[in-house]
Amino acid sequence: MFRFVLVRFLQAIPVLFLVISITFVMIRSAPGGPFDSEKNAPPEIIQQLNERYHLDDPIIKQLGDYLGNILRGDFGPSFRYPGRSVNEIIFNGLPITLELGFYAILFALTIGISAGLLAAYKPKSWQDYLPMSFSMIGICLPSFVLGPLLVLIFSIWFEWLPVSGWGQFNGDKLLPSITLGSAYAAYISRLTRGGMLEVLSQDYIRTARAKGLSEPRIILVHALKGGLLPVVTFLGPAFAGLLSGSFIIETIFQIPGIGRLYIQAAFNRDYTMIMGTTIFFAALIVVFNLISDIIAAMLNPRISYQGKN
Amino acid sequence: MSTTSMDLEKIQQGRSLWQDALSRLMQNHLAVFGLCVVILLILVAIFADVIAPYSYQEQNLVLGASPPSSDHWLGTDTLGRDLFTRILYGSRVSLMVGVLATSVALTIGVTWGMISGYLGGRVDMLMMRIVDILYALPFTIFIILLMVVFGRNIYLLFFAIGAVEWLTMARIVRSQVMSIRNQEYIDAVISMGLLRIKIIARHILPNIMGPIIVYTTLTIPGVILLESFLSFLGLGIQPPMSSWGSLISNGVETMEEYPWLLIYPALTLSITLFSLNFLGDGLRDAIDPRSAKD
Amino acid sequence: MSLLNVENLSVSFNTREGKTEAVKNASFSLQRGETLGIVGESGSGKSVLCYSLLGLLPMPPASIDSGKALLDGEDLLMCNKKALRHIRGNRISMIFQDPMTSLNPYLTIRTQLTETLRLHKGFSKKAALMKAIASLEEVGIADPEKRINSYPHELSGGMRQRVMIAMSLLTEPEILIADEPTTALDVTIQAQILRLIKRLQNDHNVGLIFISHDLGVIAGIADDVMVMEKGDIVETGTAENIYYQTQHPYTKKLLCSIPITGKPLSHQYSLETNAQPLLKLEGLKTYFHDNHVFMTKKQDVIKAVDDVSIEIYPGETLGLVGESGSGKSTIGRSIINLVNITQGKIMFNDKEISTHGNEETNISRRQIQMVFQDPYSSLNPRMTVFDTLAEAISLRVKLNREEMISEVVKLMEDVGLNADQIRKYPHEFSGGQRQRIAIARALALRPRLIIADEPVSALDVTIQAQILDLLLKIIKKYHLTMLFISHDLSVVRYISDRVAVMQKGKIVETGDTEDLFSNPQHPYTRSLLSAIPIPDPRKERQRQIDTSIT
Repeated sequence: MFRFVLVRFLQAIPVLFLVISITFVMIRSAPGGPFDSEKNAPPEIIQQLNERYHLDDPIIKQLGDYLGNILRGDFGPSFRYPGRSVNEIIFNGLPITLELGFYAILFALTIGISAGLLAAYKPKSWQDYLPMSFSMIGICLPSFVLGPLLVLIFSIWFEWLPVSGWGQFNGDKLLPSITLGSAYAAYISRLTRGGMLEVLSQDYIRTARAKGLSEPRIILVHALKGGLLPVVTFLGPAFAGLLSGSFIIETIFQIPGIGRLYIQAAFNRDYTMIMGTTIFFAALIVVFNLISDIIAAMLNPRISYQGKN
Repeated sequence: MSTTSMDLEKIQQGRSLWQDALSRLMQNHLAVFGLCVVILLILVAIFADVIAPYSYQEQNLVLGASPPSSDHWLGTDTLGRDLFTRILYGSRVSLMVGVLATSVALTIGVTWGMISGYLGGRVDMLMMRIVDILYALPFTIFIILLMVVFGRNIYLLFFAIGAVEWLTMARIVRSQVMSIRNQEYIDAVISMGLLRIKIIARHILPNIMGPIIVYTTLTIPGVILLESFLSFLGLGIQPPMSSWGSLISNGVETMEEYPWLLIYPALTLSITLFSLNFLGDGLRDAIDPRSAKD
Repeated sequence: MSLLNVENLSVSFNTREGKTEAVKNASFSLQRGETLGIVGESGSGKSVLCYSLLGLLPMPPASIDSGKALLDGEDLLMCNKKALRHIRGNRISMIFQDPMTSLNPYLTIRTQLTETLRLHKGFSKKAALMKAIASLEEVGIADPEKRINSYPHELSGGMRQRVMIAMSLLTEPEILIADEPTTALDVTIQAQILRLIKRLQNDHNVGLIFISHDLGVIAGIADDVMVMEKGDIVETGTAENIYYQTQHPYTKKLLCSIPITGKPLSHQYSLETNAQPLLKLEGLKTYFHDNHVFMTKKQDVIKAVDDVSIEIYPGETLGLVGESGSGKSTIGRSIINLVNITQGKIMFNDKEISTHGNEETNISRRQIQMVFQDPYSSLNPRMTVFDTLAEAISLRVKLNREEMISEVVKLMEDVGLNADQIRKYPHEFSGGQRQRIAIARALALRPRLIIADEPVSALDVTIQAQILDLLLKIIKKYHLTMLFISHDLSVVRYISDRVAVMQKGKIVETGDTEDLFSNPQHPYTRSLLSAIPIPDPRKERQRQIDTSIT
């Protein structure tokens, strides 16, 4: 097990390196510098700014310097917000985004797994068709449609919930979390149903029935571990999806998390900020992939900890 | 002569697996509905300029935003542009993204997966490791970066989306090829000395077509969604061109006063996604009846 | 009154294609300590009958149309779910065919064993564990205290079936239903498991229902035998009656289909003393390397074929027998170059064909054709019979369409298929017919040597006999040489002139068929031979007593 974790961990290093290099090269090869929009600034000032931020060094040297700084945990100063460091900005936004993601995944898992279990318990009955129809709606109603619709209905027409914000008004965390989580609830319910049906058709479930076990025990003890494996392996990619989903949700609901920061940084060409957030996102995704792999390996005694298959 | 001894009238026509699958698909009402909508959409997208009652950039500032009426079936936006027309033209962008980006994904994914699955061994290990690493990259972020850095070029967008989606296709094709590769009929034709190219063309490809078709059908809605997502963020299609995502984004800004500007584009996008998903699910059930349970 | 009384039980399946009656009016009874053997081919309804007793059939599509199943006077078919659960695993236990899939891979043996005791007998955790360990010991698992914490995949097939048996007997049931419990096992393991079941049945005094397709296995274990065909019970009686005074034609057909009772055909070819071997393997080694993910340097080498030398002479059939994992199939696959050999030489007609080759080796290779085991995966499902056979023919000779059709028709007639089915797809044929198509495909290249890799082991016994006879007929007609690979000694004895026995990648013994079977030299051959079940109750029971002494 230790070896498995270690191998996975070491595999993450080239991924991160790749992310940093691609982002770095992409941004530096972009036409137009970060200070182009300061139209009134005389060229000498731009020149000075470029020197100050080492933008006139060769790109390889810049990359090297940058990698060195990151290893020391320093993402550099923000280009757009003078006087504030990228670290500071990210660490202000991060807890908010993580909290949003946490509620969303909690919502997705609770609703998704229960709906999937319900559907798998009696396939081809209304207990199956009803949750599965909802799941289809969840998959086909993208968050940027669902979010505004929910706001339109619950905030504008009924005036039950606040239109936007995070932690400022009562219940303002509800709509963003549901909006972000709903598509994942839908996927998870389908995965749960599929996984459970697959497992329930196995010979060893027949053995369990022949032993006289009760249906709840068969489902919860004998089938659940195997049936939820697809859900667990989905959690890694789901987390990556949630993060990019947070760009939209945080924009719609005006939540000051790193998702919105990223979009703003991208529009502002705030180099260090883009770099910082991208690396951060990549690291988070890698970590969550690792966690979901480890949980899957723990659930499945047949996975040898050395290999993937 | 045995041919003459054989009564040609008596030859029993076999039923291929494709015919079986087609008849199963036709029994699935949701899938047939999805298929009809998809065909309708394709026609609409092709003949958008014939059907559209107005030009997509024709403004009518005097009229401004107006609710649905007999002149403007789905109303007009704040600049007085006909919403129905703009949704029609938006379908072009969405379907074009769907088709082109999916073709990119299909081409790279199938080639990659076939080579990896057929050759196996070390080549396979290396190729799949590359896919694994690419999988772990935050691609949505890269696409956003790409759009920001290189400008909102629609063809770049197609390519970028396709370049992301091929990964899953490659994995699916590889696992399919591997399972077919283990079938004894492949051993049989190898030992008969059939050329490798013929083995792939006649024995492997036809047998993995099913999953490829299914996954392609299910990739298209994902791609359409991704484009809408980017357009919603203002990173996709540039005004005055319209795409469903940008229409929805505009609709959101004014949804309090003019809700139809949000509701109709959202409805169109959702129905399209529904239809494609129904069709994909139906195809999967029809092509592989054993999977009907999930 | 008997312990279990089944009267007029009928079970059917309602599917979209219509209603099929799986079991028709079945009646039988069972006493404690008695064994009822149910024998039949696939689709005979023998398993359905037993599953329906415990309500284990999915309903729908299955439905019980009529009948009673009285356990001590209580009708199992009328029980409510709760009462039925109390009977399952408690008063009636089951053992299933495939020990690989019928134990839960996600749970330890310990959980799976103790849960029945805790549920049905109200044992404490500790008491259940003690009893579970004791029962593992009883079924012959060494070091049960340690083994009980294993997961199923950590045990071998035979061990898993032992665990399954221990599990079924933990609650001291009155009836044990065993559904093909040894079919997935090698013949030597089968013999051990059969002995174990028999011993435990005596010790625990349970009524045993033993389902099998194998008349040899049934002969050794059953007191009474019931023969089923397509849902009907065609014959019931004591084992002696069924085997020695067979009444029903179907039972007779079953008994005749078993190769060992049919005398081997007089072999057509007497070997010329100075003939050159057609195929010669010299020191063949085929190793597999089990590559791990990068970073782990260790490589496991599996020596599938380890220094094998064989000669096959023109016109003879060499049988190659061995248990699973012995490397017998790898030899076949090495010869036709489906796997790369590690060392050694393969000479065909005095030409080396093991090296990667020029046109000449390719031509030589085409003279060797293979017939595979699984008729369901050996034909491309998307090609018609015509396409499949025409493809093979076109590798040998270029023909126009008309000539091609007549050539294909000729092949189909050779293997006993109707030519009017030329445009049909594989899924429209039965298993036996598919195997005929596969044989036709092999013949299409006009080979000199046929390698048949377990060609009949996926088939029912009556179909098996037909395919074996077809092979013999074709060999004679086209003067073919054959390498016949099988795990089934009776089949090998029936078809081969000479036999080679393989164990763990090595040939342990070679000899003329009758010599080898009547006077085996190597201990492994002897143990294999002594493990074959004989479809003769008296001999089989005696044999079991003999072997359990030795």
